[in-house]
Order: sequence, then C-alpha cells, then structure tokens
Amino acid sequence: MTERKIPAPQVNPEVKPFFDAAAEGRLLVKFCADCAQYHHYPRALCSFCFSGRTEWREAKGTGTIHTYSVLRRGVPVPYCIAYVTLDEGVSILTNIVDCDLDSVRIGQRVKVVFKPTEGGPPVPMFTPI
Amino acid sequence: MTIKGKAYIVGAFEHPTRHAPDKSVAQLHAEVAKGALEDAGLSRKDVDGYFCAGDAPGLGPLSMVDYLGLRVRHVDSTDTGGSSYLVHVAHAAQAIAAGKCNVALVTLAGRPRSEGSSGTQPRSWGANLPDAPFEAPYGLVTINSYAMVAMRHMHEFGTTSEQLAWIKVAASHHAQHNPHAMLREPVTVKDVLDSPLIADPLHRLDCCVVSDGGGALVVARPEIAKSLARPLVRVIGAGESPKGQAGGRLDLTTSGAAWSGKIAFEEAGVKPADIQYASIYDSFTITVLVQLEDLGFCEKGRGGAFVADGNLISGVGRLPVNTDGGGLCNNHPANRGGMTKVIEAVRQLRGEAHPAVQVKNCALALAQGTGGQLGTRHGSATLILERV
Repeated sequence: MTERKIPAPQVNPEVKPFFDAAAEGRLLVKFCADCAQYHHYPRALCSFCFSGRTEWREAKGTGTIHTYSVLRRGVPVPYCIAYVTLDEGVSILTNIVDCDLDSVRIGQRVKVVFKPTEGGPPVPMFTPI
Repeated sequence: MTIKGKAYIVGAFEHPTRHAPDKSVAQLHAEVAKGALEDAGLSRKDVDGYFCAGDAPGLGPLSMVDYLGLRVRHVDSTDTGGSSYLVHVAHAAQAIAAGKCNVALVTLAGRPRSEGSSGTQPRSWGANLPDAPFEAPYGLVTINSYAMVAMRHMHEFGTTSEQLAWIKVAASHHAQHNPHAMLREPVTVKDVLDSPLIADPLHRLDCCVVSDGGGALVVARPEIAKSLARPLVRVIGAGESPKGQAGGRLDLTTSGAAWSGKIAFEEAGVKPADIQYASIYDSFTITVLVQLEDLGFCEKGRGGAFVADGNLISGVGRLPVNTDGGGLCNNHPANRGGMTKVIEAVRQLRGEAHPAVQVKNCALALAQGTGGQLGTRHGSATLILERV
C-alpha cells in the first residue's frame, strides 16, 4: 500500500514555534500565565481569558482518543482522523497512525509521533501505546 | 427590539435544476431571483435590500447588485456557510423593522455537481485561516468531520447506525413525491446499512446529494405582504449562534442549535411541542439527529429513539421533517442547504407542499440550518415561521 501524502501546514508567525519544536520531536501546547489554562489550537491571546500572557509549554505527548473516523472511500489511501485529549486536558485534531485502523477505539491510550509532510515541517500524530 | 411579526416571507423559489453545466453561477442567482419575485407578485424595482453569502461570485453584493440590475439601499453578505440564508431572513427582518429597507431579496446558487465537488475532498476556505495549520495536514474533509461527531454520539449515548438510517428512510419517503428530487427511490434501513462505509460510522446513504441549482426568498414589511395575493407567512423568531472547538474543550455532541434554538423559541413565545413541521439541515443523517436534540424536540442523547420507526415521516410520525426530501434526497445546491430548508417550510405554511406530504392546517413551522463543519466549527441559525 502506498503511503499517504501529508499536506504541509501553512505556517504563520503566530504558530511558528509549534512547528519549529515539531521538527525537534517536541509537542508544544499554549498555556496562559493568567488563567493557568491550556488551549489548542494555539493563539497569541488566551482562548479563555483573552490575556496576552500566553506561553509555549512542552506536553507530555500522551493522551486518550476522544473520537475518530477512518475515511475509506474517495481517497487513495484510507486514514484515521481523530481528536486526542492530551493529558494536559485539551483536545487536538490529529491522525492515528502506525496501527491496524480497524482496531482504533474511543478511550484508547496513545502517544505522539512526528510524521514528515510534503515540503513542510513534520506534524504531530498519535499511535496506540 | 424584537423582529416578531415585523417581516413576512412573501416570495420563495427553488430552482428546478439539479445539474447545470451549461449555466453560470451568476445566471442561476438571477434565475432564482426572478422566480422568487414572480412568486411574490413583485418586480425587481420593488427590491431595496439584497442579501447573499459566499456562494455569490465576486464581491458578493457589489458584483451581484450590478449583475442583477438592482438599485438598493441595504446590503448584507453574512456568511455562516449553509446556515447563511436563515440568518439573512433574520437580518432582513431586522433591517425592515429598522426602516432600512422594505423588500429584501436573498439569493443562493452554485454548481458543485458540475464542478466535481465531493465530501471526501478538502474544501478551500481561503488564506490565513488560524485553524488550517492544525487541520489541513490531517486530511480533515467534510464527511470525516461529521463522522467524528456521529462516532462520539454513539459512544456517549448508544446511538446506532440503524437509528441514523431512519433519517434517510424518512427523507426518501418524502422525496418519492418530489419530481425534482435527485433520489426518488424509497430506501430501507437495510439499504442504508448495506451502502458502502465512507467514513466510519457514516455510509454513502447517510450523506446528502451534491447538486447544482439554487433558491431565493423575498422578505417584505407587513403592509406590503398584506397587499399581495400570496398566503401570509411571518417571521416570529430567529436565533444565530456559531459554535467551535472552544479552545480544545470539546463538546462535539452538542451543536449551536442548542443556543440559536433557545433564542428563537423565546422570541417566538412557542415551544418545540407546538411546531407542526420542521426543516432540519441534513448534510448527513447525524446532523439532523443532533439538531433535533439541541432544539428540544427530545432529550439530549435520545435522538436515536426519536427518529426511529418513521417518526419523521409526514402522516406517520410525530414530527414531519424535510418533506421535500431534504438535502439527503432532494437538493443541496452550492453545498449549502439552508435556503431549501426555508423554502419547504414556506411551502408547508402556505399549504403548497405536495399533497402526499402536506401537514394538515400547518400554521407553525421551524427551519434550522447549520454551516461549515459540525466536528470543528459551524454556524447555526433557527427561524420560526407562522401562517397568519
């Protein structure tokens, strides 16, 4: 089976640190120094309290599958999209990879892996632990 | 200020085409505009407000007002995806109530079928989207976004594929009476489950059609509505509430209809149990189920039981839904189904639905639209309409 081609993320200045870290194999999440909450996707201003005092924190890289779906038709290679709830408490849109796609279940524990994209930085995906 | 009773829907027109490779998008807008004005008994000169969304070519009102040859004093190009046209009716009512226009024209048209659009391919929403770097690499398309909501709903509430299939069965029962519907063959629960799995847990028959075409509405102030020959359909409640990912604190099994519906019901002063007919946006079967719950037609999590056993079929069940066959079987022009939701509600209130699906003495109807993607971010708009 051919590998799925992963489109490169359109990186902008606000989120460049996220993808720079991904290139080093680290998963970053935005944390607000004022309300002490994580949010995702990352913003310069906190999604919850609108404070500008947000900072990048390295996530543990583990989490639980919140929901998923395997796209089986209309694409060259089937793939599994999912929301993974990180142990930090926020959910991240991602793919579940390196496993039998028919075995993916809600509630499954997963860990981050980084996958190359077409001409861009790698992106975080998850695989069952 | 309330919009209750401040404006009437006096004209409604659904383009009969479902495949228009030989027409331009602007032309389709013009044809539906002409159809809705003729339906109302008004002329182009009467129009002093124009409303359109992202399906309109160019700079929306700038391009279309010129192309259509209008002379207006109020424009609105609010774009909340497929729910835009319900928002337009509400905004038209507000503009009329504020004296900004007397006769508002709302148009929608597109040719996704001729242009090869598919729910398994990424859609382009333009540059500089803040979410795109965190979604596009993962192959987020229309169907897998909705499929993740269905999967989560099944997990939380025990909803089944059989229950979702009943929504398609009801749509197909209605569509058999609509000569313009794309899919006119009645289907069974088994037919839906036997159709190919596209994105688990959604099958091919859980999906709406892809169609060319369009529709238009004319909204007018009460004095004008009462001077026309058409049955009177007035706007008595409206709500609009976009909903997203909430910074990563997901709540996927609840849609913006929980907010927009509450606002609309409060404004109208009616309850879900009072509604005799409902148009519910049906991009996928799961879209209908979640909105029915959020609008209060049943408890959250009980949507599966509510839609089963033909409960949405006119003359059979408790709540007739999408009696034109909906997006699931009839029409989903421009990949934006909000317009046709309003049009069928108007037909029902006028007593002009097909006799086989017409709700007897239909005096109170609801139209509900979503837009964008239920699994990421979506618009929600609710309209409550009354025959006077």
